[in-house]
Amino acid sequence: MKIMVAIKRVVDYAVKIRVKSDKTGVETNNVKMSMNPFCEIALEEALKIKESGFASEVVSVSMGPTQCVDTLRTSLAMGADRAIHVDTKEMLYPLSVAKLLKALVDVEKPGLLILGKQAIDDDCNQTGQMVAGLLNWPQGTFASKVVLDKEKHVATVDREVDGGIETVSIDLPAVLTTDLRLNQPRYATLPNIMKAKSKVIKKFTPQDLNVEIRSDLEVVEVTEPPKRKAGVLVSSVDELIDKLKNEARVI
Amino acid sequence: MDKWRAAGFIYRRLLKHSSILNHPRSPNFNRSSTSGFAYNYCTELENLAGYCKQQIGYRNYATSAERNPKFSSVNSEDISHFKSILGEKYVIEDEDKLDDANTDWMRKYKGSSKLMLQPRTTEEVSQILKYCNSRHIAVVPQGGNTGLVGGSIPIFDEVIINTSLMHKIVSFDKVSGVLVCEAGCVLENLISFLDNEGFIMPLDLGAKGSCQIGGNVSTNAGGLRLVRYGSLHGNVLGLEAVLADGTVLDMLGTLRKDNTGYDLKHLFIGSEGSLGLITKISILTPPKLSSVNLAFLACSDYSSCQKLLLEAKRKLGEILSAYEFLDVQSLDLVLKHLEGARNPLPPPMHNFYILIETTGSDESSDKEKLEAFLLRSLESGLISDGVLAQDIQQASSFWHIREGVPEALMKAGGVYKYDLSLPVEKMYDLVEEMRTRLGSAANVVGYGHLGDGNLHLNISIPQYDNTILAQIEPFVYEWTSKHHGSISAEHGLGHMKADKIHYSKSPETVQLMASIKKLMDPHGILNPYKVLPPSLTS
Repeated sequence: MKIMVAIKRVVDYAVKIRVKSDKTGVETNNVKMSMNPFCEIALEEALKIKESGFASEVVSVSMGPTQCVDTLRTSLAMGADRAIHVDTKEMLYPLSVAKLLKALVDVEKPGLLILGKQAIDDDCNQTGQMVAGLLNWPQGTFASKVVLDKEKHVATVDREVDGGIETVSIDLPAVLTTDLRLNQPRYATLPNIMKAKSKVIKKFTPQDLNVEIRSDLEVVEVTEPPKRKAGVLVSSVDELIDKLKNEARVI
Repeated sequence: MDKWRAAGFIYRRLLKHSSILNHPRSPNFNRSSTSGFAYNYCTELENLAGYCKQQIGYRNYATSAERNPKFSSVNSEDISHFKSILGEKYVIEDEDKLDDANTDWMRKYKGSSKLMLQPRTTEEVSQILKYCNSRHIAVVPQGGNTGLVGGSIPIFDEVIINTSLMHKIVSFDKVSGVLVCEAGCVLENLISFLDNEGFIMPLDLGAKGSCQIGGNVSTNAGGLRLVRYGSLHGNVLGLEAVLADGTVLDMLGTLRKDNTGYDLKHLFIGSEGSLGLITKISILTPPKLSSVNLAFLACSDYSSCQKLLLEAKRKLGEILSAYEFLDVQSLDLVLKHLEGARNPLPPPMHNFYILIETTGSDESSDKEKLEAFLLRSLESGLISDGVLAQDIQQASSFWHIREGVPEALMKAGGVYKYDLSLPVEKMYDLVEEMRTRLGSAANVVGYGHLGDGNLHLNISIPQYDNTILAQIEPFVYEWTSKHHGSISAEHGLGHMKADKIHYSKSPETVQLMASIKKLMDPHGILNPYKVLPPSLTS
């Protein structure tokens, strides 16, 4: 079986985000970009499944401008066998990404498509569900544990839902989206970085895949969250009670 | 770089608390909540100190020191005078607050001061010192109290002059990168202030969340960036200090070049508050570069670590920003005692681990250069294995291992710490000799700033034990002296090594130091029982 993993290049999780002065989006010039943390988890899960002998190949896929190749290189250094880059400068929203992924699934025919549950830049949490719908595949979202049954071609997935864990059993091929506690991604070791140098990154354009990129969304404005007001130090319990009663009106 | 590591703390807290704080379906990588986590980290460190206090108890090294009878004790008249200078609120007699200020971070030393003063201006410091000098009241300047050699706490009943309330940033020049600020600014606050301006502090160290720039300068703190930016003797452009008699010395220049007479500011850098109290600092800050890469590497023997350093200097010269090492015993301690720490490398364990950091201006070319260097070193066998951080979280988790060694040591029990400068090729011999010497009685670990020839030799024991100490000292000092090293590379002498200075300095040099001390502080009220042997100063 082949596993396809979707990888997104985002502003590094640890970078402090700055909104562009014209409020059209977030500043990405001269900002450290890295692999979306949930995508790292998705890739780690695919590599683990391959190591357990259930899959024969892991293919990582990324979409967007040329620099996505750097992120794909990281995925290869972590252990993916080969990579696909869909090269486009267009703004990609979840539905377009889902359509492109579907087209690639038609080409590659994987038995499992794994995605992060969401990207930390737009926090959409839509692509996995949309692509499952387009493919008409079953989906196991917010996975915190995945067990595959080789004989029956079934995946048992623990899902993190309100108030606890829901366990679902789905037939393969299927779509999985990964939650934070599924696994701990591995590091890129030097021997693997060396091996990754000779791995192939294949390039497609949306035209090659017969997908028209258009959006039903328009971003009106991006703004920073309101600044938190500074706290005040009160000098006595009486003053505190007075403030709670008369200013905050909570008691 | 600071950001990389700050993020590490946040990330660990995040993982630990995500199940409680975050709704299971909400984005767990939530940027907006980071400051809260950082705060938690600080309290954890304090808790840790509290924990060690209970576990180990005080081990006061001041066994041989005796209170100098020349010094007056503080009386009620003195206290009302201080109140008239500072106001009621800033004259602290509260026992809990004094207990913290009397005790060092390592919980090794404990003074018995009954009074802490919190001046807010240079003028107030001047008035305090003038009065103390006239009354022969001994004082100890105190910043973040994160020192490791008992330099920042009173030994007996010295009045504590705490600089925490002098925390204003006076000015910042974006063109020259010169920052002028008060002595009580916490290093981390300066780092985040500069980050917004696109600059960094030329020094960075593990204690940055508590330590103050005044303390950093007066102890000439080293840290992780020294290999790139040099010591504070080079980066501090000027300072303002108050002498023992209250005279305010304004040397707060912002010039890079100024050859007019004796450059007296250097007397205050590294003299640990024994010649004057630093109140303001002007410091040169380098611009923040966008491309930072970090590799965590394994070497099979110490000679490979050295050869790799030489190669790194040659091949990565202009972008090399840190070259740190730890031995397998240090890594073991971290993995055992530090929450959230994980070995970045797959098994087996290797004898030595190296962190190489590069900082430059071009992401893709820097990374390519580092990768090529690492792969060549792997092929030639200098490196046995290694990982390259792919994002900031990974980098901060690597740094967490190196920076977490002191914390892990504290959690493991008692620890005798030695901070030595040695010729790089001899450095690790001392660790091995010490290991043979102590046998199974202690866990001897070595780590530090290999790029600067600075070894942190740490001897971890279940509890403090004088028979073990007698095997370590004076052997460690004699060994260092024999190999022309320094018995204090970056921690200072403090109280711990005040009578050990002769291991690294000639009698003539020490005598001149004593004369300078006598000249600048005739009554010896400034930070007594520290830096110089008591026999020379009392």
